[in-house]
Amino acid sequence: MLTQAKDMNRVLYIDLTKKDNKIENREDLFDEYLGGSGVAIKLLEEECPKGIDPLSAGNPIIFAVGPLTALYPSASKTVAMFKSPLTGNLGESHTGGRSAMAIKLAGYGAIVIKGSSDIPVYLAIHGDEVKFKDASSIWGIEAVAVGRILREVEPGAGVRTIIRIGRAGEKGVRYACAVCETYRHFGRLGLGAVMGSKKLKAAVISADKSIEIPKDKRKEYKLVYDEIQDVVVETDAMEKYHDLGTAGKIYEMNKLGGMAYKNLESASAPEEIAREFSGENIAEKYLSRRVSCAHCPVGCIHLASLRELYEPGYYFKTTTIPYDNETIYALGFMLGMKSAEDYLRLIDVVDRIGMDAISTGVTLAWATEAYERGIITKEHTDGLDFHWGDVQVYSEAIEKIVAMPNEFYQNLAKGVEHVSSIYGGQDYALAFGGNEMPEYHTGIACYLNNLTGARHSHLDSAGYDLDQKLIGKEFTIEEVVKGLLKEEEWRQILSSLVVCFFARKVYSAERVIKALDAIGIENWTEEKLEDLGRVIHRAKMDFKFREGFDLAKLRIPKRIFEVPTPHGFLKEEDVRKAIEIYGEMIGGDIQN
Amino acid sequence: MTKKLAALDVNKCIGCMECMFACSRRVGRGGFDKSAVRVRSAGGIERGFVIVACRACENPPCAKVCPTGALRERKGGGVILNEDKCIGCGFCAQACIMGAIFWDSERNKPIVCKYCGECANYCVHNAIGMVEVKAEA
Repeated sequence: MLTQAKDMNRVLYIDLTKKDNKIENREDLFDEYLGGSGVAIKLLEEECPKGIDPLSAGNPIIFAVGPLTALYPSASKTVAMFKSPLTGNLGESHTGGRSAMAIKLAGYGAIVIKGSSDIPVYLAIHGDEVKFKDASSIWGIEAVAVGRILREVEPGAGVRTIIRIGRAGEKGVRYACAVCETYRHFGRLGLGAVMGSKKLKAAVISADKSIEIPKDKRKEYKLVYDEIQDVVVETDAMEKYHDLGTAGKIYEMNKLGGMAYKNLESASAPEEIAREFSGENIAEKYLSRRVSCAHCPVGCIHLASLRELYEPGYYFKTTTIPYDNETIYALGFMLGMKSAEDYLRLIDVVDRIGMDAISTGVTLAWATEAYERGIITKEHTDGLDFHWGDVQVYSEAIEKIVAMPNEFYQNLAKGVEHVSSIYGGQDYALAFGGNEMPEYHTGIACYLNNLTGARHSHLDSAGYDLDQKLIGKEFTIEEVVKGLLKEEEWRQILSSLVVCFFARKVYSAERVIKALDAIGIENWTEEKLEDLGRVIHRAKMDFKFREGFDLAKLRIPKRIFEVPTPHGFLKEEDVRKAIEIYGEMIGGDIQN
Repeated sequence: MTKKLAALDVNKCIGCMECMFACSRRVGRGGFDKSAVRVRSAGGIERGFVIVACRACENPPCAKVCPTGALRERKGGGVILNEDKCIGCGFCAQACIMGAIFWDSERNKPIVCKYCGECANYCVHNAIGMVEVKAEA
């Protein structure tokens, strides 16, 4: 089947309770909100009843791609939206792999999954064909193996995505992730737990369609395509993300003093640790392959190869493990790991079991400090002796978070915000808006990003980036808030198109308009895009407020004021004031 | 000079599929249903990728089994398809053990590499490229 880009507005609705599906044309949504985040938040408004339990059948899972997907380089991401079981409000997570290409060329702009199955199932979506298949025999199996099995039994090799969960998702760990193409993840905010609550083990989606470029646009399309391709390849993105990958900035971040180490005991690790975890060192010792998402020439995904003797008698195994900046922080620095090898082992455990690496690392870092301080004892930990850098203990703890042998682990499985509200130690429980913190301790902007960003993710407004740009400069709090808000609003457009944030410099407003025009989606202007960015951002915030999010009640862990940033010590009153300014900027409806 | 497409270094392939997209883009399509080159993982991404493309064989098996003479040998290796003569029997695709003849189910015709090099133009990591046929002999 052949469709033009402007007609790519089909939404596939799947009901897991009734094992039924239907397809609707939603040009009303795609014409106005483009796709991705813009369309997903509207579908979430429609499909997610106010106040529902995120782990109940009524919580929808929405996957959305955008108008540029499968048509331009680095338009390679899929947006997932749902109500988050971790924060209780907006759940939004992005991934690449082959997911976006597969969904789009299966013929969909979005897929809405509702209801809950009585038996474990997986979805096999091959173009227009939608099948519910019994997943009883793969229930309880780790995420990596599920991919291996479904690869064999389902068609579409090379042009499909396999989105699946591990045991953490099945058991309802609130920060369980969904794994995609083995090494990519819908990492944050607990999509895996939502899938698990629906007994949905996996979704295989394969492409069987093409998008036709209107005849009178083909010349223009090729010109715009080539311009974008050239810029993607020639900007620093290539060097920055392909060579060493995101891990390339680890050493410098640590040197700058913006790297949370051992639950933010300090903002930089000792020199030998920084060298050990540097992108350069890991690449030299372990890098085995660099791969990319579908339709992205950058290839930022870095895979390490770890050869280990695991039993006497020459029993070696070689494991391929993805590594990047954020997981080095969360499972390396935060947990006081001493060797890159131990860090890689821990990622492998987290990946197989299917948990978000950042939330896992931050939660275990809190547990380690709480144990050192005596709030948590061996009775809580089921005999584990938590201490920094012990990969064996952390691996066992991760197993226990999933197995939940006692109340402590049940609480740990709900994240650091929750567990610290039960046992204490909130001053050093490093979650913002209920989501465990990303790497950065760079200044006020990164924390405002964590606190006010709609996803409480460092990628909401890249506060860490703004902090670094502001070093040595005079600035006001208003300017910081304004800068962050503007960035977050523009990123709504990128995540509606849907373009990878790593290519953000390539997709300027001017180029976005040209790119849309060349595929027959006309009449967008810079002003219209900016307005839409604002509208989508406010819609996301409104959803949060509707579900009880309150800027005035944001908890700020004291720890962040006790450790100097590259801008010196932060002051709580400044952060509070900034949140207030942010509230005023986004409009009056925040005092719900 | 006769050229053909070649996998220069499959270890440099990052699986971006830009070659596949480029091939269908020649006919104004986003996707790969007209693509004469395919990339897939070699049984899991950790094992790397497989690039499936016409090797431009000397004495090509696909041409030998064509009952209508629609596929004829190209000088220096490979084949040229005369679509008017093609009845869509699919023997050529079966004869190619490389799996490098793909199928256009819309028109019931084989998709055969034209050795134009458009795919290679978009391979920024130089996993594939155009080579002179004679240089390889």
